[in-house]
Amino acid sequence: MTVTVFVPRDSAARSVGADAVAEAIVAAAAAGKHDVRVVRNGSRGMLWLEPLVEVAAPAGRIAYGPVAPADVPGLFAAGFLRGGDHALRQGATAAIPYFARQTRLTFARVGVTDPLCLDDYAAHDGLAGLRRALALEPAAIVEQVVASGLRGRGGAGFPAGIKWRTVLQCAADQKYVAVNADEGDSGTFSDRMVMEGDPYLLLEGMAIAGLAVGATEGWIYLRSEYPDARTVLVAAIQRARAAGWLGDDLLGSGRRFDVQLRIGAGSYVCGEETAMLESLEGKRGIVRAKPPLPAIEGLWGKPTVVNNVMTLAAVPWILQHGGAAYAAHGTGRSRGTLPFQLAGNVRRGGLVEVPLGTSLRTLVEEIGGGTASGRPVRAVQVGGPLGSYLPASRLDVAADYEALAAAGGLLGHGGIVVFDDTVDMAAMARYAMEFCAIESCGKCTPCRIGSTRGVEVIDRITAGDRREANLALLRDLCTTMKDASLCAMGGLTPLPVLSALEHFPEDFARR
Amino acid sequence: MHDRPRAATDPERERQAIADAIAEHRALRGATLPILHAIQERLGYVPEAAVAAIAAALNLSRADVHGVRTFYHDFRSAPPGRHVLKVCRAEACQASGCERTIAHLAARHGAALHATTADGRLTVEPIYCLGNCALGPSVQLDGRLHGRATPARIDALLAEAAAEERA
Repeated sequence: MTVTVFVPRDSAARSVGADAVAEAIVAAAAAGKHDVRVVRNGSRGMLWLEPLVEVAAPAGRIAYGPVAPADVPGLFAAGFLRGGDHALRQGATAAIPYFARQTRLTFARVGVTDPLCLDDYAAHDGLAGLRRALALEPAAIVEQVVASGLRGRGGAGFPAGIKWRTVLQCAADQKYVAVNADEGDSGTFSDRMVMEGDPYLLLEGMAIAGLAVGATEGWIYLRSEYPDARTVLVAAIQRARAAGWLGDDLLGSGRRFDVQLRIGAGSYVCGEETAMLESLEGKRGIVRAKPPLPAIEGLWGKPTVVNNVMTLAAVPWILQHGGAAYAAHGTGRSRGTLPFQLAGNVRRGGLVEVPLGTSLRTLVEEIGGGTASGRPVRAVQVGGPLGSYLPASRLDVAADYEALAAAGGLLGHGGIVVFDDTVDMAAMARYAMEFCAIESCGKCTPCRIGSTRGVEVIDRITAGDRREANLALLRDLCTTMKDASLCAMGGLTPLPVLSALEHFPEDFARR
Repeated sequence: MHDRPRAATDPERERQAIADAIAEHRALRGATLPILHAIQERLGYVPEAAVAAIAAALNLSRADVHGVRTFYHDFRSAPPGRHVLKVCRAEACQASGCERTIAHLAARHGAALHATTADGRLTVEPIYCLGNCALGPSVQLDGRLHGRATPARIDALLAEAAAEERA
């Protein structure tokens, strides 16, 4: 009987040798005359265990990891094809505590299925949301999303249903769905994992958005740093078209929705929605002034739903199960789940989908296991390069939109970067300004000039040059950037800078 | 889709690559970026001559095209070394020690950020997040992602690349 063995094709797994492990398994199976089928699945998100190999044993899927090619002969000798015992055996995948405590709505299929297999997708609840949407009036689809409480997962947290309603109410000869897959925040990889591990989920979410607002074209703006995601998406779009899941006759409904993919070119600011629209149009990624909102004048001047990958990836579940079922998770005005990403110096790094409102301490310490280095946690940065640094003493804050804002931070795209006690927080503050200088689009002065001046002022502070006067100048500069920048790039760079200064002043006064 | 680095420029090869890239993508709406990418995929860089050719093909001003070519970090104006190593220096990789990896590249391999080694073997470029933030430091060597890129791992990767070159 054929035994199915899963070896992830996720680029994180590949980055630590999954391809070589898959080859070794195929070779060892051939040599031992074992009847093995290797499936390259998405990642389960337990990235510290990658490459995580799973065997479909009679009792369910059994995990082994992290597996190196040299471990493969030993795994065969231990009878891993029947779930046999081995030093790398992690037990039943679904029972691994890290995994078992999650609430996987968006990531339900990621790591379970073969990402490009249409039958697998359909057999695991795929298309259920789209079929439901096809049976509803556009306004009724929008109302499900409004009822779910889903907010923009890219970082701004704007209610997705309200945005959709705005686009629906615009009269236009053409509307668009534009997907922000420019996942540039350090510490984030949930978009990448969905695109590589469950690409039809994104396409289904886009098609539902198209039906809801009356858009027939979807554009995906994918960053060039994700070549594996590009490969999977290109194949997924082709197969979905061939199967009638996209195109002129969506699932035989006579409705039209098609998708095209565009690749960014290494610009962080193109993750800002209006810069992204400029870039999609083939121009420099210069931020547009708002208004007009992209919902009213977006891509090519037409009404456009601009949503993050995670936002759209939540939509099929919402349509399948109803907005109220999604809203039953979470807290306050932060409804549903969020796929958090544990990153940096963390012992058990990976993807953790839990209800909004879970505390940072639970995420970093209980689930993440503290630092990888074994040293004390000193700081975490939540929400990417524009997010605040929080000291270890402040980790009891709930990870939701309101609580983090109240703590002076932001949830962003749900990335949590952990630092141990060797970190120099003045250097991190300087880096925040340097990054802003490198990535500023240049349109507004506070961001373009202020970031460079910010690096210089921090250098003077750490050099001990008129420290008090320069600290006052830095605070003043941050106020100018915060209040007068055109977008979040310049407007939020002060967050990591000032939070580092507030919580770790000693690092600015070493000389 | 990774770049194929070459050592010297060849005007005829450049002309052909530019013409092919334009022919392949000019029908797209907003074709400038796809064309620039296609040129760099063929040559490893985007030569100056591409600006006028793209402007003429898309009915844009040369200033528009020049602006796009120079705005985005991905596009190189000159050929890189035979191998291109992009090293992530964003926060999560800093937390995992990427600065040690960068210092090692300079000290052991004579390869500073933004520079190509004297023998034309290796170009090192910074990159800001490869989406591998739980397994840092992360690098991309000739388009292929590698995690836990400690100094020792870098040495092994570069030795493999050199061995492949000899083979």
